[in-house]
Amino acid sequence: MENNSSLENTAIKELLLQLADDDFIHSYRGSEWLGLAPHIEEDVASSSIAQDTMGHAAIFFKLLEELGEGDADQLAHDRPAKERRNAIILEVVNGPGNYMEDPDYDWAFAVVRNYLYTQAKAIKIQSLHSSSYEPLAEVAQKVQMELYYHLMHWKTWFIQLLGSGHEEAVSRMKAAIEKTLQDFQGVFSLGHYRVEMVKQGLIEDEAVLLNKWIQEVTPVFESVGVACSIKVGMVKGDGRTGQHTEDLEKALETLSEVYASDKTATW
Amino acid sequence: MNVLLNDMAEHEKLDQFIARIKAGEKIEADDWMPEDYRGTLIKLISMHGISEIMGALPEKEWVPKAPTLNRKLGIMAKVQDEMGHGQLLLRVAEDLLKPYNKKRDDLMQDLFTGDLKFHNVFHMESKSWGDAGLIGWLVDGAAIISQTNMLGASYGPYARALHRICAEEVFHAQHGEAIIMALAEGTEEQRKMVQDSIDYWWESLLLFFGPPSKNEVGSSKQDVTIKYRIRTSTNEELRQAFFSKYVKRILSLGYTIPDETLRFDKDTETWIYQQPDWGKLKIIARNEGPRSQQRLNLRRISYENNKWVREALAPKVI
Ligand SMILES: [Fe+2]
Ligand SMILES: [Fe+2]
Repeated sequence: MENNSSLENTAIKELLLQLADDDFIHSYRGSEWLGLAPHIEEDVASSSIAQDTMGHAAIFFKLLEELGEGDADQLAHDRPAKERRNAIILEVVNGPGNYMEDPDYDWAFAVVRNYLYTQAKAIKIQSLHSSSYEPLAEVAQKVQMELYYHLMHWKTWFIQLLGSGHEEAVSRMKAAIEKTLQDFQGVFSLGHYRVEMVKQGLIEDEAVLLNKWIQEVTPVFESVGVACSIKVGMVKGDGRTGQHTEDLEKALETLSEVYASDKTATW
Repeated sequence: MNVLLNDMAEHEKLDQFIARIKAGEKIEADDWMPEDYRGTLIKLISMHGISEIMGALPEKEWVPKAPTLNRKLGIMAKVQDEMGHGQLLLRVAEDLLKPYNKKRDDLMQDLFTGDLKFHNVFHMESKSWGDAGLIGWLVDGAAIISQTNMLGASYGPYARALHRICAEEVFHAQHGEAIIMALAEGTEEQRKMVQDSIDYWWESLLLFFGPPSKNEVGSSKQDVTIKYRIRTSTNEELRQAFFSKYVKRILSLGYTIPDETLRFDKDTETWIYQQPDWGKLKIIARNEGPRSQQRLNLRRISYENNKWVREALAPKVI
């Protein structure tokens, strides 16, 4: 009995960590773009999205805190890369160079990753509506409202750039699609506790989620003439199991620079 | 009305214009206005707009580094607001530029060539989380004072934009003050961060309000902006208002101000203070401030990198 309930708890915590870590790093990559987006209107819109996304991460961290996993700020700032559960594709840098000095960022990659991730997140959040874990089902409602606008925003960009007929735009977008898809399976991975999660009714099965996602994005791909049967991979590994790249380590250094300067202080 | 205006001689139009602004009427984008009024507004508003955008860059450096989730959310919201202010103001400037056939893109080019100035005085390296707090508290505090001064501006679109901006700026100052308060009540190290920031930014804060007269840097736009009722107070009056609002607050937190001569003179009811190095303002205004070029570069890089995006989005020429 005890074993069962602790296994149950672990599955809930794992799922929450995945959701929190995904949004935390995704928001960071978004915020690095501030002031560098193609135009000022986009700077305003995408920084608003990054802010919402950080808000979602905070909500998930808070749920972990309520489960006794420790302080939300500590969970966000004080876990090494190997304990992080985010999908690897979300930690990949926006491009070479530092966001403060010489950012050589690729807007095509930003658009593709943002669109595909937001669509995947929307499908997960939809699934969480009927999660057996009540608190999670509740926050799914709030997250979904904001997500609707995020998805519309990135889908519009995706369609506009691919449908522009502009040669460089199309070839950049196609390259970005390839780069993103080859690691995108990581977003759907549920990690070591996948069986338990599904058994408990916390969230639907990986394959079910992936399938729903493919059904959503395929017509969009087709509408802009990208011939496809969409195949995703996990070339760099499964972030859910703690596998990560140097990109994440560097990001975490920045994200926790001030926090780490005095972990016991009140900021 | 328009027919009548067309028939009127230039000087009659001008008289009528002056009478309107004296009566407190608002000038709108399509109204007749003297060339130097338009020119002054374009300079002022595009500089204000681009300063909001450029001003988001030093703070952006601290967005990911903010030490808690709440602080991260707070500073993200603030930086987003600043970009929004820039957007709002550039639209006002664009309307004024229409007769010259100039657009947003021209403003960006002017920024890169240095023809369009921005408030450079704050473009130094922001070195610590204390700086991030101080920017919100005192830099936005100073901005509120200078922007409030123009809330009654004779140009309607600018006045309306400022009303919206000032409402948000109040939150920025509160956000900055909250960061500073947490540090001021914190560890030795944290307390010291605030003092270092005050010492580091003080001169810039004084420079921000501009020279008391044209004697200091050779020119000043304050006369013409007052004449056209775009602003009411002089640079010096604004600086005095800044002292009155903040000196006590800084001292009451147990901090010092890096100016031993600073005092309130009861007889003249003015603050006596060490004049900042006005020579610096001249240099900085040429975009030669400590971090001016590096921050301009960020915009240049993004402009270059996103060229293909602009092309792809541009309406097709058939
Ligand atoms: Fe602002
Ligand atoms: Fe502000």
